[in-house]
Amino acid sequence: MTDEKLQDDIGVAAATDVSPEVKGLREKFGDQVLSVVSALDCEVVTLAREAIADAGHYLKNEHRYEQMMDLCGVDNSELPGWSDAAPRFEVVYNLLSISRNCRIRLKVGANERDLVDSVTEVWPTANWFEREAFDMYGIIFNNHPDLRRILTDYGFEGYPLRKDFPMTGRVEMFFDDAQWRCVYRPNQLEERILIQRTWPGVDRG
Amino acid sequence: MAEIKNYTLNFGPQHPAAHGVLRLVLELDGEVVEKADPHIGLLHRGTEKLFEYKTYLQNVPYFDRFDYVSMMANEHAYALAVEKMLGIEAPERAQYIRVMYAEITRILNHCMWLGAVALDIGAMTVFLYCFREREDLFDYYEEVSGARMHAAYFRPGGVSKDLPEGLLEKIKGFTERFPTYVDEYETLLTENRIWKQRNVDIAVVDKETALGMGFSGPMIRGSGVEWDLRKTQPYDVYDKMDFDIPIGATGDCYDRYLVRVEEMRESNRIIQQCVEWLASNPGPVKVEDYKLTNPKRAEMKSDMEALIHHFKYFQEGFHVPAGDVYQAVEHPKGEFAVYIVSDGSNKPYRMKVRAPGFAHLEALDYMCRGHMIADVVAILGTQDIVFGEVDR
Repeated sequence: MTDEKLQDDIGVAAATDVSPEVKGLREKFGDQVLSVVSALDCEVVTLAREAIADAGHYLKNEHRYEQMMDLCGVDNSELPGWSDAAPRFEVVYNLLSISRNCRIRLKVGANERDLVDSVTEVWPTANWFEREAFDMYGIIFNNHPDLRRILTDYGFEGYPLRKDFPMTGRVEMFFDDAQWRCVYRPNQLEERILIQRTWPGVDRG
Repeated sequence: MAEIKNYTLNFGPQHPAAHGVLRLVLELDGEVVEKADPHIGLLHRGTEKLFEYKTYLQNVPYFDRFDYVSMMANEHAYALAVEKMLGIEAPERAQYIRVMYAEITRILNHCMWLGAVALDIGAMTVFLYCFREREDLFDYYEEVSGARMHAAYFRPGGVSKDLPEGLLEKIKGFTERFPTYVDEYETLLTENRIWKQRNVDIAVVDKETALGMGFSGPMIRGSGVEWDLRKTQPYDVYDKMDFDIPIGATGDCYDRYLVRVEEMRESNRIIQQCVEWLASNPGPVKVEDYKLTNPKRAEMKSDMEALIHHFKYFQEGFHVPAGDVYQAVEHPKGEFAVYIVSDGSNKPYRMKVRAPGFAHLEALDYMCRGHMIADVVAILGTQDIVFGEVDR
């Protein structure tokens, strides 16, 4: 009977309490932990922008998150319910601890001209991932060793994954016979959307 | 004495050993590489932008085109991610089929890798041997999906069709032959003096560096880290499979070669177990919820409901609850993952693909420093780079 009771208590405690790393983050960073949500796959911690590099060091050294598997930007400006008061971009870090076999996701909000501290010192792999986020969204990383564009063409203008960038792009390349080389000209393609974005329960007539 | 200056060399983008379109700017001191700066993006197609304009079903074929030598492994990550968001699980038979094809894909990928790397290093025969086996495997791809490479076979909710009759016997026959084929590759390479001279002690990566550099898959196992998502975070029916994880000791190119060859043998074992199970367990191969999968063609002939479902499924698609999910699979090259942000509509709001090759190629600079220029090709080879996934 007592054993059963004990089991029950542990079960309840596990359900209401959060993992040690989230607890640690809350203790160490206090107000800078903006929210903790448990998503379908792991816990998601939203941090203040200033705290990210320290949080990275902390998670790597104290909680053995040796690997940063993924870093990406998200443009929230077309998300339902988004308002100008919230930061437009989000940088998402997916961390993996090999020794503890668990994952955690960190999020940091940023606006167009905000500087996000680079985590290349914590995980060297972040170098290219941050370059990609810069290339795609124009998110600027502070203390990054080499913040160049990475995937787009040499001399590319604009940030292609932003929601206000057209899917067809702004320029197209063609071969100019007179100059005998490839040149850009303004895009003449029109954007076709065959299937509308719909939400469940919305009547579309 | 004459003054010696560093020499900058442009390697690629049109170079047969660049495994696609890699432009590498090498800074050389004599023949020794001082710095390597890969310029990627020559195959950038903006797939992540396209995702946002396509329904969840329309996005499946794009995944074949990421790592175009291990097509179904890419789809696997996507199918699992969408299933997780929808809160469904594929039927058991579908899971076995997926595991079987994921392992067939692993053999496909490693055969391609082995052939191409050996060719880069100067062993022509292995290439021909490996492509012989790839043809057989492509036939199994074709039988099940109609396409040799870009299959679009794994769908959210299961697989698109059940296996045709007689296919399991063919695959069984292949798995019985395959170990001897691997022996043939090993005869040609493992104790080959030139192969060893080109690979042993080249690009040694220790454990700490491999972790920090975001290595995964055979690259991290070559450095002696016991990590395989199929074992540690199993998905589908991998937890029911009996297989071993080979790991390397020194973390050089030769160890990574041995790890991959051993993985082919282990994949073969997994396929055998799947074939055995599939032969005696018929059942559905996709979730029977016609909001999420397409109804059977026969039903559509007589049932109005099924016809409407079919139309809605292929026109509007299905709605995925709002939220975000990160789903990783043990892809032949490493951890291939999909990060989906959904706004509750029928199209992803943001979809990021985490390509293992991207992180590996980033480490090329570290791995090349201090090596000879001829080793760059061996190092590029050992990373198993495919530009479809690096550039996305």
